[in-house]
Amino acid sequence: MIEWVNTVLQGILTGGLYALFAAGLAIIFGVMRLVNITHGDLIVLSAFVAMVAIDVMGFNPFISLVAVLPIMFVFGYILQRSILNFTLGDDLLPPLLVTFGLSIVIQNLLLQIFSADSQRIKAGSLEILSIQLYENLSVGVFPLIVFIVAVFIIIGLQYLFSNTRIGRAFRATSDDAVTAQLMGINDRHIFSLSMALALLIVGIAGLFVGISTNFDPSAGPSRLLFAFEAVIMGGLGSLWGTLAGGIILGVSQNIGAKLDPGWQILAGHIAFLVILVFRPNGLFPRMRDD
Amino acid sequence: MSLLEVNNLDAFYGDFQALFGINLAIEEGEAVAIIGANGAGKSTFLRSVSGLVTNTADAINYRGMDISHRAASDIVGQGIAMVPEGRKLFPSLSVEENLLIGGYSQRAGAWNLERIYGMFPILKERRDVAGTALSGGEQQMTAIGRALMANPELILFDELSLGLAPIVINDIYESLPTIKQEGVTLLLVEQDINKALEVADRVYCFQEGRVSLTGVPRNLTKDSIAAAYFGSDK
Repeated sequence: MIEWVNTVLQGILTGGLYALFAAGLAIIFGVMRLVNITHGDLIVLSAFVAMVAIDVMGFNPFISLVAVLPIMFVFGYILQRSILNFTLGDDLLPPLLVTFGLSIVIQNLLLQIFSADSQRIKAGSLEILSIQLYENLSVGVFPLIVFIVAVFIIIGLQYLFSNTRIGRAFRATSDDAVTAQLMGINDRHIFSLSMALALLIVGIAGLFVGISTNFDPSAGPSRLLFAFEAVIMGGLGSLWGTLAGGIILGVSQNIGAKLDPGWQILAGHIAFLVILVFRPNGLFPRMRDD
Repeated sequence: MSLLEVNNLDAFYGDFQALFGINLAIEEGEAVAIIGANGAGKSTFLRSVSGLVTNTADAINYRGMDISHRAASDIVGQGIAMVPEGRKLFPSLSVEENLLIGGYSQRAGAWNLERIYGMFPILKERRDVAGTALSGGEQQMTAIGRALMANPELILFDELSLGLAPIVINDIYESLPTIKQEGVTLLLVEQDINKALEVADRVYCFQEGRVSLTGVPRNLTKDSIAAAYFGSDK
């Protein structure tokens, strides 16, 4: 029995990481209706950026965020303003194609620079520290930190979107970019800020991925898949939904792995399919009047 | 110097030319109405001034400064706000958030939430509901309040009466003299000629993308308006 509790608990904590993958994707889609195929590669890119910051500049993994986050923020803004803004319109296809191409470009650039070798960010004793909750039941400190960070990021994003001037501008632009301009909102700037914000979260997710698993330049697409599944299970446009979706994905993967180590990924996909069948709009679909 | 002076404005939707050489001037503190049939180019004119439609005007001078090629998002900050056709409230924002977003450009001025709620008390009661859950008239009040929150010197009203019941139209139009008394200049596009003539100091009539008549309401006869509205050969 306790083993199953443990399986579910670990799955919930893994869900925090998936929620971080998904939150960035949800912001990008929510504000711009842009399906970002390159999201997973951006996570891997930021893991490499963190690795360089740690190896070259000798930062502690968490301090490396001081360098990684501004880099990802600026990169996101420029990427959106100089390329992706030109793909936005009534048609969802152009951003899909352009981000797909971008995904290939990023993977190959990383391959050129870092080779196909598998990498890992070392976090020292933090990787093995754990808290004993009960006999035979303990949680790793690092997964717990990831989960708590994910929850705080979602609370922060929720606050930003609901209670601030810039958050209102994000939502207004998402509703109607033309009318938003009549309010003095520069929609191109808002789109670029939303991408920059998403890449801030990607920057944090990238560091956590780098610490918790091996990564290499081709690791992006599977991260994208988890992010997509979490976003869609949660309900497009709902931030808390991404956490719920991430947790469902994490728990079902862990249960799958418990039954048979080969079933880990498959079990996640099955959970995704089951939710799609019974709740096609996800668990927390955003209410819209239009 | 006129507050707004439009010289020789042409506007296009792709290859289709919607406006031909429009000249129009508005003095500070005036209420000017543009009337005309459907498709006469009235809304296109407002959208050109507000920067939403690209135009090839010689100049759109606002306080002597050419704004013809400025982005729509810049023009609000210059003091020109718009109440768009169909209200266009933001569905995911509450009534109060819709009003607040109107002040996004943070232009200094006397309008604030309290004054808007003073003018339209019903909005205060319904401040927390989604903008799109309101009745048509309440939505129009919200759209007007939203424009006022930008502290504009000039408001462009696009078809205020469209889709509203006559009694509601009266309520909405009653707010216009108050706004005007506050020193805001009004430019209305309106299909309801009688309503337009009630509030306007001067009228322009558009026909097929051209100005077909200008004048002061009391000097215009029904026949002259009809001719300008529908064309003299009809």
